[in-house]
Amino acid sequence: MPSTAEIQAGLGEILEEVAGVTPADATPEKSFTDDLDVDSLSMVEIATAVEDKFGVAIPDDELANIKTVGDAMSYIEKNQG
Amino acid sequence: MSTPTADVVVTGLGATTPLGGDVASTWEALLAGRSGVSRITDDWVKEFPAQLVARLASEPGETLDRVRMRRLDRSQQVAVVAAEEAWRDAAGADSGVAPERIAVVFGTGIGGALTLLDQDDILEEKGPKRVSPFTIPMLMPNGPAAAVGLAVGAKAGVHAPVSACASGAEAIRWGLDLLRLGRADMVVVGGTEACVHPLPMAGFAAMRAMSTRNDDPEHASRPFDKGRDGFILGEGAAALVLERADAARARGAKVHAVLAGAAGTSDGYDLVAPHPEGEGAARAIGAAIRDAGLTAADIGHVNAHATSTPLGDTAEATAIHDAIGDHTLVTATKSQTGHLLGAAGALESVFAILALRDQLVPATANLDDLDDNPAVQALDIVRGEARKATFDAVLNDSFGFGGHNMAVVFTKA
Repeated sequence: MPSTAEIQAGLGEILEEVAGVTPADATPEKSFTDDLDVDSLSMVEIATAVEDKFGVAIPDDELANIKTVGDAMSYIEKNQG
Repeated sequence: MSTPTADVVVTGLGATTPLGGDVASTWEALLAGRSGVSRITDDWVKEFPAQLVARLASEPGETLDRVRMRRLDRSQQVAVVAAEEAWRDAAGADSGVAPERIAVVFGTGIGGALTLLDQDDILEEKGPKRVSPFTIPMLMPNGPAAAVGLAVGAKAGVHAPVSACASGAEAIRWGLDLLRLGRADMVVVGGTEACVHPLPMAGFAAMRAMSTRNDDPEHASRPFDKGRDGFILGEGAAALVLERADAARARGAKVHAVLAGAAGTSDGYDLVAPHPEGEGAARAIGAAIRDAGLTAADIGHVNAHATSTPLGDTAEATAIHDAIGDHTLVTATKSQTGHLLGAAGALESVFAILALRDQLVPATANLDDLDDNPAVQALDIVRGEARKATFDAVLNDSFGFGGHNMAVVFTKA
C-alpha cells in the first residue's frame, strides 16, 4: 500500500504528464482549478490515470467533490486496496 | 478619425510544410528545387498501391510545449505553429487591436482524422471509458480555427470553412469579406492538414487519385507532365494576417502585399470530378480579377492548384487559358510540396506573395514532357529553374472535391 508521500508523488507525476504542472507545485492545499489551472476535461484524464496508477476508480459524483490535491490524496488513501 | 477603406493588406505570413518549418526555410527549399516527398517505410503500407507522402520537415513538438501537444490534434498543432509565426511576423501582439476586433478563419479539408482513428482504436481495444475527453475538440473540423483563436486571443469570431482542397483559399476570401464588412480589424486566415494515416491514404488510393510511382518519390508529383498519375498527400499549414490598409499604415506595420480580390464558384457538375473545361474554375478566376479591379492582362503570375492528377491539371490549364490568357507565368509548387489539401490554398498564396515580393517565379519540378492538352501546350509554365520577371499582380486558385473553386489576387504593397 503506498504511503501518503508516495501518493502525493504519484499524483504529482500524473499532474505533470496530463497538465504540465511542476511536481513540486502539487502540494495538498493546491486547488486544481484555481492554483494549477487544471480544467474539467483534464480532471477526467487525471481520474483515469489515478485508476491506472493506484487501482482506485473515482466515480463522476466523487470527482466533482475533489477540489484540491489533498482531496484527491485522501480519496485515494481511503479507497485503495 | 480617418474613414476606413476597403483596401486589405497582408501583414503576416507563417507556414510549416514538407519543405521547411517556417516561411523562410520553405521558400528557400522551394527555390532550390528540393522535394518534400518520401516513401513511407512503416509496415502498414506494404499492401498499399500508393506509398508516397510529403511529411512535415519540422515536427510541431519542436515549437509547442508538451501539454499543448497532448490536447491538440496534429492538424491543430501545425495550424497553431503557422498562425503563431504569422502573428509574430505581423507583430500582432503589439498591434493594440482589441481582442473583440480580432477574428480567425482557418480551414481544413479532413480535420482531426488522426484523433478520430486513434481514439477508435482505443475504443475497440480498451472500451469507452478510455476514450480521451479531448477527442471531440481534437477531431471537430473547427478545432484548428478554435486553437488558432486561442493562440492569438481572437474574440471577434472564429470560423472554419470546409471545402476540401479549396478550404485554405476560401479562408482568405472569408477574411477579406470580414474586413470589408467591418466585422473585424485583424483576421488570421489559413488552412491546415495532417491526415497521413492508412485510412485516408486507402480512401484516396481507392479513388485512383494518388501517384503510385513508389520507387521514385522525388519525381512522383508531376503537374502538367504527360507522365503524371496522381497527387502526393502532404501535411502542413500556412497562415496570413490580414488587416485594412489604413490601419496597417497607421501602426507602421510591414506590408507584404495587398489582398486585392477574391471570388468563389461551384461547378454544379459532379461531386468529385472537375468540369473538364474548368468552367467553374474559370468563372472564379475571372470574378476574382474583377473583384480586384484588374483585368486579365494584369495577372503576371499564377500559382496553380495543379495537383498532378490526370483530369484536374488539364481542366485547370483550360480555365487559366480561358480566363487569363497565355501571357501569365504559371507554376505548380505541389511538384515539390505534395498536396496539403485544406492547407494548399493558404500555402500557395504565401508562395504567390513571395514571388511577387522577389519578382521571381519558382519552377514546376518534374515537368519533363508537357501534356498534349492544347491549353497546357499554350500556357507559359515555368520549368527548369525559377524565372525572374516583372509583374504587379498574382493569382492563386484552389479547387476541392465537391466542385469548389476559389481564386485570390494579390498586388504589390
